Amino acid sequence: MKLRRLVQRGTSLGPAVVVGVAGFGLWEGTVRAFGIREFLLPKPTSILAELQAEWPVLRHAGWETGRIAVSGLLVGILAGVLLAMFTTRFRTLNEGLTPLAVAVNATPIVALAPIFNAWFGITGTLSNQAVVIAVVFFPVFINTARGLTEVHPDEIELMHSYAAGEWTIMREVRVPNALPFFANALRVVAPLSVIAAIVAEYFGGPQDRIGNVITSNAGFARYDVAWAAIAVASAVGLALFAAALLVERVSMPWRLAVGGSDSNNNPGRET
Amino acid sequence: MSTGGDVPAVVVDGVGMVFNEGTGGEVAALDGIDLTIRAGEFVTLIGPSGCGKSTLLRLIGDLLTPTAGGVSVFGRSAHESRTGQDYGMVFQHAGLFDWRKVQANIELPLELRGWSRSDRGARSSEMLDLVKLDEFSDHYPRQLSGGMQQRVSIARALSFEPRLLLMDEPFGALDEMTREHMQSELLRIWGETGTTVVFVTHSISEAAFLSNRVIVLSPRPGRVHSIIDVALGERTPDTREDPDFFAAATTIREALRSVGGAE
Ligand SMILES: Nc1ncnc2c1ncn2[C@@H]1O[C@H](COP(=O)(O)OP(=O)(O)OP(=O)(O)O)[C@@H](O)[C@H]1O
Ligand SMILES: [Mg+2]
Repeated sequence: MKLRRLVQRGTSLGPAVVVGVAGFGLWEGTVRAFGIREFLLPKPTSILAELQAEWPVLRHAGWETGRIAVSGLLVGILAGVLLAMFTTRFRTLNEGLTPLAVAVNATPIVALAPIFNAWFGITGTLSNQAVVIAVVFFPVFINTARGLTEVHPDEIELMHSYAAGEWTIMREVRVPNALPFFANALRVVAPLSVIAAIVAEYFGGPQDRIGNVITSNAGFARYDVAWAAIAVASAVGLALFAAALLVERVSMPWRLAVGGSDSNNNPGRET
Repeated sequence: MSTGGDVPAVVVDGVGMVFNEGTGGEVAALDGIDLTIRAGEFVTLIGPSGCGKSTLLRLIGDLLTPTAGGVSVFGRSAHESRTGQDYGMVFQHAGLFDWRKVQANIELPLELRGWSRSDRGARSSEMLDLVKLDEFSDHYPRQLSGGMQQRVSIARALSFEPRLLLMDEPFGALDEMTREHMQSELLRIWGETGTTVVFVTHSISEAAFLSNRVIVLSPRPGRVHSIIDVALGERTPDTREDPDFFAAATTIREALRSVGGAE
C-alpha cells in the first residue's frame, strides 16, 4: 500500500522532472545559439557556477531570509487563526471585521515596506518581519474565519441536541471544518512569505540577506550572482510550499482516504 | 421499557410558532398544536411542504422556543430534557462528520457524556452490529454509500439510548429499495430498544408502514388536522401487501387531500 503510493508519487513526478530538465536545456541552448548577453539572461551553467563560487554568502543570505520568512509566517498564521477563532465566537465582530480584512487583503501590502521601515527602523529585521506578518495574516484570517463559520446548520443543531457548549462545538465541528480552508491559505502564504521577505529587504534591513544580495549584485552588473540568489530564494519558497503540503496531508487523513482531493483545492463540502 | 407510571413521552400544549415576531417579515408556522405522545410510541408527522413539520420537531427538541404554549418531555420542560441529553436526532442529511471515522462518529455523543474509552468501544461495536456495518468501523463517512451513512447516523443517535428519537425525513434521499430496507431496520431497532420516536416524512406509505399513529398537519399556519391510528401489528415484508396497509395509506392520503397537500 505504502510502496504503491510511493511509486505513484514517483511516476507522477516524472513528467515534471522531464519538463524541468528540458526547460533548462532549452534555456542554455537558446542563450548560446543566439549569443544573448549575460546581463540580459545568463546561462544556467554560469548561474550554477556562481552558486558554487558564492555559496558561503548565498547560503548565509538564504538562511537569514528564510528565518525572517518562517518566523513571520508562524506569527502571521498564529495571529490569523487566533483572531479568526475569537471573532467566530462573537458574530457581530466577525461580520464587521471580515469585509475590512478582505479590503485590506486586496491592497498590495508589500508596498507598505518603506512605511514599515519608518515605523520599525530601517536597519533591523523588525520591519522586514512586519511585512511578512502582514502579508501572511490576512489570507489566513479570512480563510480560517470562513471555515469556522461556514458549517452546515444541521451539524450545529446536532451538537445542540447533545447539549454541547460553544467551546465543544468549536473543537469538534468548527476547527476540523476550517482545516481545508486553512490549508488553502497555507499553500498561498508559505511561498508568499519568502516573496514578502525579499521585497522588504529591497527597501531596508541588514545587508547580508537575499534581497540585498540581489540588488547589490545587479547594481554591479553581476547578474549571474543575482540569478544565483534568486535560485536560492526559490528553493526556500519551494521548501516552504512542500512543508505546507505536508501539513495538509498530515492534518487531514480523511481527505486522503477519500481519494485525495489534492490537486483540486476546493475546501467546500458537498450538500 | 416503560418508565414508572404513565408519564407521556411528549406533551405539546397549545404551541404556536411565529418566526421573526415583531419584525416586518413574520411567518406564522404553527398555531394551537396540542399533542400527546405516549412513551414507546412511534408517531409520524405528515403534511404538505412548509406546513411546519420540521419546526414542530425542532420545538420538541428545544432547538427552537415556541412563541406560544409549551412542550414537556417525560414530565420535564423540553429545555431540561435537552440539557439532560434525552434526545437523539437524525436529519435528512446524514450529518456525519467527515473527519471522524464511522466508529468515532458513533462515539461522539458518548464522548460528550464522558464515557470511558472502553465503554465507548463496546457500545459502538454493539451499534455497528445493530445497523450491520461492523466491517466499516474504520472507514470515513465519505467512503460509504448514502444509505450506509444514514445507518451510521441512526446508530449514532441510538448509541446513548436516548429516551426520545427525533427524525426529520431521515430516508428522504434514499432510493425506494434502500428506503424500505431502512424502514424495516428502524422498526427492528425500535422494537429492541423501546425508545419513543417522532418521525417526519413526506411519504404516505412510509408513514403507514412505520407508525402507531400518524399526525396529519394542515398548512399555514400548521395545525393538527387529524390523527390516524394505524393498527397493523407486527410489521413484516408482507405487511406492504396487506389490505389493511393499503387501507391505512388510503386514509392518510384522503386526509392529506382534504388538507390541500400536493402529495
Ligand atoms: N428559521 C426560520 N425563519 C423564518 N421562517 C422559517 C424558519 N424556519 C421555517 N420557517 C418557515 O416556517 C414554515 C414551516 O417550515 P418547516 O421547515 O417547519 O416546514 P416543513 O413542514 O418541514 O416543510 P418541508 O416538508 O418542506 O420540510 C415555512 O413557511 C418556513 O418558511
Ligand atoms: Mg422539513
